[in-house]
Amino acid sequence: MFTRSILAGVALALVAGTSSAEGPNLGKPITEAEIAPWDISIMPDGTGLPTGSGTSAQGAKIFAERCAACHGEGGKGSEFGAAVVGGPPHATLDGGKTIKNYWPYATTLFDFIRRAMPYPQPNSLSNDEVYALTAYILSLNQLIGENDMMNAQTLPQVKMPNRDGFITRFPERI
Amino acid sequence: MRSFTRKVDADLQPVAGNGLIDRRALLRGGSAIAGAIATAPALATAAAAEPLADGPWSLEVGTAIPSYQVPSRFEKAVVRSVDNPDNLPRNSRARTPHHLLQGIITPNGLHFTICHGGVPDIDPVQHKLVIHGLVKRPLVFTLEALARYPQTSRIGFVECGGNSAPMFSNEPLQENVQALHGLASCAEWTGVLLSTLLEESGIDPAAKWIIAEGADAPHLSRSVPLAKALDDAMIALYQNGERIQPGQGYPMRLWLPGYEGNMNVKYLRRLKLTTEPAMSYYESRTYAQILPNGRSYRFYFLQEVKSFITSPSPGHVLKEPGYYEITGVAYSGTGRITKVMVSADGGKSWAQAALQDPVLPKAFTRFRMPWRWDGSPAVLQSRAFDESGTMQPTRAELVAQRGQTTKPPSVLAFPSQHYNAITSWAVDAKGAIRHVYA
Repeated sequence: MFTRSILAGVALALVAGTSSAEGPNLGKPITEAEIAPWDISIMPDGTGLPTGSGTSAQGAKIFAERCAACHGEGGKGSEFGAAVVGGPPHATLDGGKTIKNYWPYATTLFDFIRRAMPYPQPNSLSNDEVYALTAYILSLNQLIGENDMMNAQTLPQVKMPNRDGFITRFPERI
Repeated sequence: MRSFTRKVDADLQPVAGNGLIDRRALLRGGSAIAGAIATAPALATAAAAEPLADGPWSLEVGTAIPSYQVPSRFEKAVVRSVDNPDNLPRNSRARTPHHLLQGIITPNGLHFTICHGGVPDIDPVQHKLVIHGLVKRPLVFTLEALARYPQTSRIGFVECGGNSAPMFSNEPLQENVQALHGLASCAEWTGVLLSTLLEESGIDPAAKWIIAEGADAPHLSRSVPLAKALDDAMIALYQNGERIQPGQGYPMRLWLPGYEGNMNVKYLRRLKLTTEPAMSYYESRTYAQILPNGRSYRFYFLQEVKSFITSPSPGHVLKEPGYYEITGVAYSGTGRITKVMVSADGGKSWAQAALQDPVLPKAFTRFRMPWRWDGSPAVLQSRAFDESGTMQPTRAELVAQRGQTTKPPSVLAFPSQHYNAITSWAVDAKGAIRHVYA
């Protein structure tokens, strides 16, 4: 395989430590600590989740203040923001993809809320606030108990109903 | 002369139903086409011409040359259709007017754009690109540094995974090619191959994915297989020779030739090498398409072989019977287009279209088919084939596997993704054209 041979070549170059001497080498070294403020990716196994925690009750208050203008009172949706609760039991081509019936991992909620919400002020919530909102939405959907605390340990444990509902279209391309 | 005439006549014999002419007539240029017109019944309309006169523009000095030119004021209709002109707090899209364009290169001002949080106003001097995670040396690059690397230019298409989604409607929506297929465009991209930068950062053998992230408001994030990054991925800095447009990711974007548009992360600021995908919002929800059996495809990646006729198409009117050129674009995320077949009778008979050079892998390929319309109803279709041997499906074949809606959706809705089946345009006896399923 062409791709595989390149991959092997790059890996070999890494081991030999020769490639960097040949290229332009105009990238500046940077440490992971310096990158940390930008390193906001959360993995399904919880890798990347920060310290902090939040509950549904805390999240309800934040949601009313920061989210309900678009996502509706109680998360029921509006012209500008999708509902975060309710909807049909299953998605079809007529619509109805919901967090409960579609999203495979609860960690995606934390990742997306933190990086992209609230729409006019993205990446402005504290980690505690993001945990609280994540707990609120999961609780609204009865995916966790209303008193369950969400943090770096508990969030990856939440089993989403549609986790196994996906088929990788072209596995040979991964 | 006699033999030449006979040869022209042979080329002009219909090669498929409803007046499709052998594509080789195009190669013969004016004489063959003139022959086609001469045999059409309506040509007798050539009215006596009025004496020629100078227009006012020929009798006065023109305007000063502008520093950055824009199209003639007579071309104001050639614009993208925008679905969120007031920048309301939701996604915004601008669609390419394929029915008004020719060739394979989409002009920069008309390239399709989708933004999930508006178009950011990025200062190129302050922008940075970080490569980290499972690498030997985390590195940060400025635009100035990247512009000093060996540059590569390549022509290729970008297509939204949701392009043509209105075709999942159970009834054909009466829309034009811009509304139906306008979320695909083609440009010459210039930049640095990602493999060059990864050689300098080094790759931990455990790495299998790269999480790409933008500097826009939603910090849009997608997971890309490392194999694609090392194959032909580019950090694109230029679009058709000038710096990338803000709508295409200024000052830099990830370009993954042939892969779903949303993965080609714009405003690229971070690449993190990992063992697993991030299961970001866009890959686990938006671009994971629901199937009729209730399961879903995800990590679709590929924009598969596809074509559509751009002219004639809805909005155009054939004013009289006679000669017309049927033309459109074909493309495939797996490589070159090898053949495009065209039908004027709804798929009953087919003729091979001429492919305009250049025919490039993972790029728009322009096809042309000479046609003599006799004034009776016709249904125009195109069907593309690529070098992997894959053939564009019929709509019936695609819907059998992927489903359709139970009621017509809004043309702006996305009932599903990755529609690549045949499009049909019906021409009625008055020369009006509408979208049909055939």
